[in-house]
Amino acid sequence: MFKRLADAGAVVALTVDGKPVQARSCDTVAAALLAAGIDRCRTTPVTGAPRLPYCLMGVCFDCLVTIDGVGSRQACLVPVHEGMTVETQQGRREAGR
Amino acid sequence: MNAVDLAPSYDLVVIGGGPAGLAAASLAARAGVTTVLFDENPGVGGQIYRGITSTPVINRSILGEDYWAGEALANEAKASGALIVNGATVWSLDPERIVGVSIAGKARMIEARRVIIATGSQERPFPIPGWTLPGVMTAGAAQTVLKAQGLLPDGRTVMAGTGPLMWLLAAQILRAGGRLEAILDTTPRRNLLRAAPHLPDFMLSPYFAKGLALLREVKAKVPVRRVASVAAAGDGKLSEVVSDRGRMPADLLLLHQGVVPNVNLALAAGATHEWNERQLCFQPVLDQDFSSSVPGIAVAGDGAGIAGGTAAAERGRLAAIAAVRALRPEARLPDPQSVRQRLQREEMGRAFLDWLNRPADSFRQPEGETLVCRCEEVTAAQVRATADMGCEGPNQMKAFLRCGMGPCQGRLCGLTVTELIATQRKSTPAAVGYYRLRPPVKPITLAELASLPISEAERKAVER
Ligand SMILES: Cc1cc2nc3c(=O)[nH]c(=O)nc-3n(C[C@H](O)[C@@H](O)[C@H](O)COP(=O)(O)OP(=O)(O)OC[C@H]3O[C@@H](n4cnc5c(N)ncnc54)[C@H](O)[C@@H]3O)c2cc1C
Ligand code: FES
Repeated sequence: MFKRLADAGAVVALTVDGKPVQARSCDTVAAALLAAGIDRCRTTPVTGAPRLPYCLMGVCFDCLVTIDGVGSRQACLVPVHEGMTVETQQGRREAGR
Repeated sequence: MNAVDLAPSYDLVVIGGGPAGLAAASLAARAGVTTVLFDENPGVGGQIYRGITSTPVINRSILGEDYWAGEALANEAKASGALIVNGATVWSLDPERIVGVSIAGKARMIEARRVIIATGSQERPFPIPGWTLPGVMTAGAAQTVLKAQGLLPDGRTVMAGTGPLMWLLAAQILRAGGRLEAILDTTPRRNLLRAAPHLPDFMLSPYFAKGLALLREVKAKVPVRRVASVAAAGDGKLSEVVSDRGRMPADLLLLHQGVVPNVNLALAAGATHEWNERQLCFQPVLDQDFSSSVPGIAVAGDGAGIAGGTAAAERGRLAAIAAVRALRPEARLPDPQSVRQRLQREEMGRAFLDWLNRPADSFRQPEGETLVCRCEEVTAAQVRATADMGCEGPNQMKAFLRCGMGPCQGRLCGLTVTELIATQRKSTPAAVGYYRLRPPVKPITLAELASLPISEAERKAVER
């Protein structure tokens, strides 16, 4: 869906659902997930439908993932760091828990 | 910067680090007012200048000179002496100007003598069938990752919608070497009739020549089709874009139909809002210094009503001049009259742009199974039927259908729900009103709440 234009920025290593993913230092978690070609960030609590980031500016909350053990964080607002662990979410409703 | 290092109070708290917030904070700090600016993004710049201090897109012609103009603002703010805190989410603001902010998982309540809300705009909801499918995003989303991370759409990309930002993003993608299969232009042709009387003003505004050049640049490379309907189709992800002009396979659909003020914080603080029929959105009621109905709280930038990035900076300056006057009457200040004149010049072309790009009813008031509330997955048919049964307003609708109660707190369904109720009940959006919003306007964790030190400020804020 997206490719990297310039390879600027140092490589930052994350794990996403236990698998290694290479991000760049200027990435947010959402950008890193999109660049890695992931097919969903979460599924919805009502129908279980898959979602990917929609707005990338903090308003839609479709990018909620678990980051370093803290659930329902807005992936589009959190910068990546070396060794970060990211987990996609299944159907969790409440944000920030 | 950590939450614990913040002072318990500041003369001025600016919320949002786009052009409005940066300009306001610089002016106030240079006039000797202790100023802090909070922005929830990792860097300053706001939406227009997203990533301005860190973008990997070094070829300046890609994002264009209007983007790079943000560098001066960011540098000016940095040099001004204002404390600029990124990664700082403001989740509450009350009429006594107590600001609840979270930084890296720690929360603080800060007292402010003056507050300038500069939280800007968001893209208008674009509720079409399939808009929640992976592979469907806003044009602004694609632009944000282009600016801040240098990500370019890959695969078969279609853009649909209306408004200057859509054309700007199209041009930026093309300049970066990207490709667009088609642009589905949803601008209703009859809009021209209502826009035409404002053409002379628009021709005098700085946007006229730029707009024409953009259209020419994009149309030379991308097929553009006028459409009256758009839908995203696919099983678990986008595979096709369907319009009244046919079907086309696609991997990415970018939607855009203008931007609207981000009203959540100002509403939660109790500021009076009104319906803007030309821009089809709610906006705070403000005086000429951008002061809201709540004493000591101003709203500057596109959050005050959409006028664009350059106007946002001028508005920020005017709000800051008023704040400094109240806080430090002896301070030396720029002449507000010249700022007002620049602002007027910037706002000249707005009426034409607004009428020309006013999205059609069918793209704002969906029908049938199209989702209105993305969070709670509430359909247009449900909202319409509930209004027909007697539901008079968005807050009652919340109780019936849970729409607006998910994590986005109505940001992506509020306007749609208001307009649908107005249509079904033959009323007006002004009469129907908007969701009642209370803090926290952004989710805050129990751990963050627990990190609050107990002091008078907190008690005042919590015991209401
Ligand atoms: C996605 C998008 C892209 C855009 N791109 C362009 C463009 O390329 N060119 C153009 O001319 N116009 C663009 N605009 C229009 C935009 O509204 C500009 O006119 C301009 O950015 C407005 O400036 P501002 O200072 O009012 O707000 P913004 O630039 O929107 O800045 C607001 C800031 O407030 C922060 N914020 C919001 N809520 C909170 C909170 N609760 N706590 C802490 N911080 C918060 C945000 O992170 C943001 O950085 C865009 C709009 C959007 C929505
Ligand atoms: S993608 Fe919309 S909130 Fe993160």
